[in-house]
Amino acid sequence: METRSAGDVSVSRPAAKRRGTDKARAEARLGWYLAGPAFVILVAVTGYPILQALYESLFSYRLTAPADREFIGLKNYGVILSDSLWWGALGNTALITVVTVAVELVIGFALAMVMHKVLGWLRPIVRTAILIPYAIITVVSAYAWQYAFGLTTGFMNSLLGLGDFDWFANKWSALFVICLSEIWKTTPFISLLLLAGLAQVPADMTEAAKVDGATAWERLWKVTLPNMKASIMVALLFRALDAFRIFDNVYIMTNGAADTQTVSSLAYNQTISRLEIGLGSAVSVLLFVCVLLICFIAIKVFKVDLARARGEG
Amino acid sequence: MTRKEKVLWYVGALVIVLYAVVPVAYIISMSFKSEAALSDKQFFPSQWTWANYDGIFRGNGSDLFLPALRNSIITCLVATLIAVVLSMFAAYAIARLNFPGKRVVLTSALAVAVFPVITMVTPLFNLWRQIGLYDTIPGLIIPYLALTLPISIWTMSAFFRGIPWDMEQAAQVDGATSWQAFRKVIVPLAAPGVFTTAIIAFFIAWNDFVFGISLTSTSAAQPVPAALSSFTGSSYFVQPTGAISAAAVIVTIPVVVLALVFQRRIVAGLTNGAVKG
Repeated sequence: METRSAGDVSVSRPAAKRRGTDKARAEARLGWYLAGPAFVILVAVTGYPILQALYESLFSYRLTAPADREFIGLKNYGVILSDSLWWGALGNTALITVVTVAVELVIGFALAMVMHKVLGWLRPIVRTAILIPYAIITVVSAYAWQYAFGLTTGFMNSLLGLGDFDWFANKWSALFVICLSEIWKTTPFISLLLLAGLAQVPADMTEAAKVDGATAWERLWKVTLPNMKASIMVALLFRALDAFRIFDNVYIMTNGAADTQTVSSLAYNQTISRLEIGLGSAVSVLLFVCVLLICFIAIKVFKVDLARARGEG
Repeated sequence: MTRKEKVLWYVGALVIVLYAVVPVAYIISMSFKSEAALSDKQFFPSQWTWANYDGIFRGNGSDLFLPALRNSIITCLVATLIAVVLSMFAAYAIARLNFPGKRVVLTSALAVAVFPVITMVTPLFNLWRQIGLYDTIPGLIIPYLALTLPISIWTMSAFFRGIPWDMEQAAQVDGATSWQAFRKVIVPLAAPGVFTTAIIAFFIAWNDFVFGISLTSTSAAQPVPAALSSFTGSSYFVQPTGAISAAAVIVTIPVVVLALVFQRRIVAGLTNGAVKG
């Protein structure tokens, strides 16, 4: 991280050393005065809840009977981890994450390529159109897809010639529509990131490969994609973490019916619908652990280098 | 580019436009269908009617929809304003000053951005009930800061880092006071970044559903996305499809208009924040 302030220059000059340290100290103080409030709020609004959730998860605590609150240690975790409901929800969440991120990466790259190649008057139109799914709230997109596939409201069944097929009565078809709405809504984000990555691929390298007789396919795999690795990895990580928290679409479309519960909707149902604060907190903590695990795997195994992707290396 | 390739990319462009527009077109079409036509399984309504819009603005849906619209607008605007002001200070410090812990601020913003929102819900639900913030607008603004601050800090510090700060000193050398230099040189350069950040932060707050349904229960604070999911039909047996569609169109219009008008800036802001930070 570079700064272009005059302070840096004076620090390196021995004659101005004393003044420099004073200045550095004043600068550090000002820095924290300015960045402090945002930092404190960030830490407070997330730090407090995670600590509180950790604490509450150790109690048998139901809001309908607050007097019976009792310390039970890790028992809640035992209850959850031995329940097929949790494993089903985790399986659904993992499936949704893998499927949507994989499909989005492919479609997102195709869209980015088109945006990259299309020139002239069409370019602003395409760029504008792709922002529509991004701007629309997830709940609205969930309703749009639910109605499109709905038994009474939908046009999809007549379009596909499926008659009275109830998409939301069956686990796999319901998950399919959930994935579809998630993919529709979030692909634009991934393709904008990939478009920025495409712009960073040096044009002369692709040209050189072309002159050397590489086919379009070879150029894509040997030149374009390796040069975009950083932005692909960042897009992957961000989308995977986002997809793992999926909630809105599931709540609107099935509310967990037909075995489509996700980890987030399980936590929500325990807490808000059933008022099981202890169990709900434990589910929340487990979700948090999963997210940490994904980050860890991405950074250690896939070596996602956020600093490099941010153009600092 | 050969002619064949050109045609190929143009077809691709057309596919993208269709991709983006079809689900939106369907919800608009549903919002203009009469109650009887909602189950005709056609894409376009055979007869267009304003009845659904009338229902949510003047009919029995208005008790739920109008307060929700008001709540959403107030909550999102205030949360955006606070997030943008605080992250403006933070981003200035990150781009301009040298202070220990700069990295800590950026890293914690990143950590909060990937934090599972539902994990905040259980403890906040409990605490808000105890201290009286449950079902209030401030009770929604505070968690919204967790959604809007991280991306605001990242987006804005990416913008601010690109500002040539030396120009401020150059202006001072040319005889401007430091306030004049700041106002005439830095403010105009920083304004687009601040504005873009505000739009992106507003989108994110406007999109929230988890906090909306967990931390509110009545029209005192319930935002539109949460209200949408609690609509009921004109009678117990009627599905509220038409009303939901109409309300969905109304909440979609402002964000789509913003996205269309400022598309260039939003694209720059989103990619800057995520790729350059």
